[in-house]
Amino acid sequence: MALLALAAGALGWMMLGAPSAQAQDKPPEAAAAAPASPAPAAEAPKDAAPTAPAPPKTDTPDSTATTLSSDKINGGNSGTATDLQWPVPADSPSVNPDGKGKVTNDELIENVAHNKISINLVWTLVTGFLVMFMQAGFALVETGLCRAKNAAHVMATNFMIYGLGMIGFWVCGFAFMFGNYWNGPVNIGWQPPLGQGLANLDSGITWTIFGKPFGILGTKGFCLGPSVFDTAVFTLFLFEMVFMDTTATIPTGAMAERWNFKHFVVYGFWVGMFPYAIYGNWVWGGGWLAQLGQNFALGHGAVDFAGSGVVHMCGGMIAIAGAICIGPRLGKFTKDGKPRPIPGHDVPMVMLGTFILAFGWFGFNPGSTLAGTDNRIAIVAVNTMLAGASASIATMLTMYLITGRPDPSMLCNGLLAGLVAITAPCAFVSSLGAVILGFIAGIIVVFSVFFWEKRGIDDPVGAISVHGMCGCWGVLSVGIFANGSYGAGWGGVHKLFKDGVWTIINNDAQAATLKKYADMIGTDPKLGGWTDVGVTGILGPLFGAPASDVSQFMAQFVDVCACAAFILTFSFLFFKVSNLIVPLRSKREDEIQGLDIPEMGAEAYPDFQLTDRTSPKVD
Amino acid sequence: MKKIEAIIKPFKLEEVKDALAEIGVEGMTVTEVKGFGRQKGHTEIYRGSEYTVDFLPKIKIEVVVTDAVVEGATAAIVKAAKTGKIGDGKVFILAVAEAVRIRTDETGEKAV
Repeated sequence: MALLALAAGALGWMMLGAPSAQAQDKPPEAAAAAPASPAPAAEAPKDAAPTAPAPPKTDTPDSTATTLSSDKINGGNSGTATDLQWPVPADSPSVNPDGKGKVTNDELIENVAHNKISINLVWTLVTGFLVMFMQAGFALVETGLCRAKNAAHVMATNFMIYGLGMIGFWVCGFAFMFGNYWNGPVNIGWQPPLGQGLANLDSGITWTIFGKPFGILGTKGFCLGPSVFDTAVFTLFLFEMVFMDTTATIPTGAMAERWNFKHFVVYGFWVGMFPYAIYGNWVWGGGWLAQLGQNFALGHGAVDFAGSGVVHMCGGMIAIAGAICIGPRLGKFTKDGKPRPIPGHDVPMVMLGTFILAFGWFGFNPGSTLAGTDNRIAIVAVNTMLAGASASIATMLTMYLITGRPDPSMLCNGLLAGLVAITAPCAFVSSLGAVILGFIAGIIVVFSVFFWEKRGIDDPVGAISVHGMCGCWGVLSVGIFANGSYGAGWGGVHKLFKDGVWTIINNDAQAATLKKYADMIGTDPKLGGWTDVGVTGILGPLFGAPASDVSQFMAQFVDVCACAAFILTFSFLFFKVSNLIVPLRSKREDEIQGLDIPEMGAEAYPDFQLTDRTSPKVD
Repeated sequence: MKKIEAIIKPFKLEEVKDALAEIGVEGMTVTEVKGFGRQKGHTEIYRGSEYTVDFLPKIKIEVVVTDAVVEGATAAIVKAAKTGKIGDGKVFILAVAEAVRIRTDETGEKAV
C-alpha cells in the first residue's frame, strides 16, 4: 500500500512538472539571465495543440519538501521545453528571432533528430558492450571443455584474442569491411541510423564483372584516422569490432590444447585484419553479396541480419581449416582412426559460459538494428531466445534417443546452435519460424559433431558444428522461413506485390524511380495499392508472407558458397604459409605435459594436484 | 598392533567413520584415491563416444588399532561399507612394528 501511495504521489509530481507561470513572477532582469523559460500556456500560438489544463495544486506528502516548488523536485522539471533552449538571453535575435523565448519549429526538429541519433548510438554502444562480454562466455566454454593441464593456455588464447584482433581490426580490418559502407545498396528513404557521419565511409574497390558492379573491398578508415573521426563511425567500429572478436575466438576452441601460442599471436592479428573484414564487406559493407539483389534479381541480395554467416560461419570455416592443418590432439584417435573422447575438466564452467553467451546474444542480435529507435528489436530479442531454447530441447531429445543420456556439454552446444542459427533470420521470421529453425539447428549440431569426429577432425569444443554448420543453416533459413514482414527495400531492392503480381524496383536514387515507387505504395486506385514486401523465404506464405520468393534462397545459397569457398581457401593458405614461419603446433612433449607451464609459464590450478586422468594413451 | 587399510566407496565414508567410532576407535587417516579391481573400471559416454574410465574414485581409510580391537574394527568396516554391488572395495590388515605419539614420546600400544 505504501508503494502504491508513493507511486501515486510520483505521478502527481510528474503532472505538476508542466511549465508553470512561476518564471513570470521573477523580475525582468532575472528572467533574462536565466535559461529562456517556456512560454506560458496563455501565450501559445493558436495553431498549437491545446495545452492540458494545469492539475489542481495539492499539498506535498513530504512535509520537509513543502518549501520546494513542485516542478523542481522528483525530476518534474526535466524533459520540458526548457531543456531545448539556449542559456542565453531569451530575446537574443540570433537564437530566438521572435524574441519570446519560444522553441522554434526548427529547434524542435533538430532536437527530435538529435534524440533519435542519440538513442541509436546508446543502443548500439550498449549492445556492443554486451557482445564484448561474450568473450568471457567463449573463454569459459572453451576452457571448461579442455583438460585442466591446458586451462591457463586455452584461457589465455581467449584473453589475448581480444587485444590482438582489436588492433588488427583497427589497423585495416574496419577499413576493408566498412570503408565503402556509404555506397552500398539501400532502400528508398534510408537514413544512416547512427548519423550522417557514416557518409565519411565512401571509398572502396569495385570491379565490373558481367557488366555489373561488384564491391570487393572498402578502403577508408585505416587506423580510424582523421578522415573518419566521427561518432557514427566510432560507434560502428566498436560494434563491428566485438563481432570480429567473436569470429576470431571461434577457432581457438577448435584448435585448443595443441596450438603453439606464438603462432596464435600471428593468427590473432591476421584474423582481425583480413578474413572477417573482407567477407563482411561483401555482405554488410555494401559489397557484391549485398548487391546480388540489384545485380541479378536474387531476392534482396544476401541477407544476414546479425551474422550467422559473417560472424559464425566465417569463424567456423576458419576453425575447419585450422583443425585440419593442426591435426588432432595426441591420443584423440586410435591407430585405426577410432575417436577417443577426451572429457572436459569443468562442466559447470562450460554451462556458465554458455549462459553468458546467451545473455550476450541479446546484444548481438537486437543490437544489429544499429538503432534503438527501430522497434523491431523486440521481435528480434524474442525470436533469439525462442530459437536457443528450442534448439537446446532438440539437442536433449536427440542425445536421449542416440545415447540414452543428455550430455551436458552437448546441451550447451545445442543452445548455442539455436542462437547461431537465429542470428541471420532473427528479424525476418515469425516466432513459430524461430522455434522450428532453432529445433532443426539443435539436431544438426549433434550429428555434425559426430560427423566431423568420424572424419578424424578433432574439435574439442564443437566449434565447427555450432558455428560453422549452424551458421550455414542460419543463413539458408532466411531464404526458407522469412515471412516478408521486415526488410522492405533491403539491399536496395523493393519487391512490390499486388493481386498475385510482383514488381521489383531497384533503388537507383533517380527521381523517376522515387516517383514510381511513391505512386505504387500510394493510395491512387490506378497506380497505387502495392504492398512493399520485406525479405521472404520459400516457405514464407506459411508464416504470413503474401507469396513465396525462391530467389531470396538463391541469394542465401550464393552467400554460404562464397563464405565457404573464400574463407576455407584463405584460411588454409594462411595456416600453411604461417606454419613455415612460426610452427602451428605445440611441441609434442609440451602437449603431453600440458601447455600451461611450457608455453604460458603458469598453471591454472597450482593448489591442486592434476592427475590427467582423462588423457588417452598416446600411440 | 595392526594397521587396517580399507578401500571403500566414497559415499560410505560417513557410515564407516561412525561405525568405527562406536566401537571405540579414536583416530583414522582418510585419503582420496583412485583405482580399479576385477571389473576394470566402467564405460562412460562423452559427446556420443564411449570410453573406459579405468581408475574410479575411492576413499582409503587407514586405522591403527590394538590387537584386541582388530577383529571388531574390521567387521564394523565391512558391515558399514557393504552395498552388495561391485566396487565395494577391500580391507587389508598389516602388522605394525612400532608407533610413537610425537607430542608425548609414548610408544607401542599406548601411542595408538
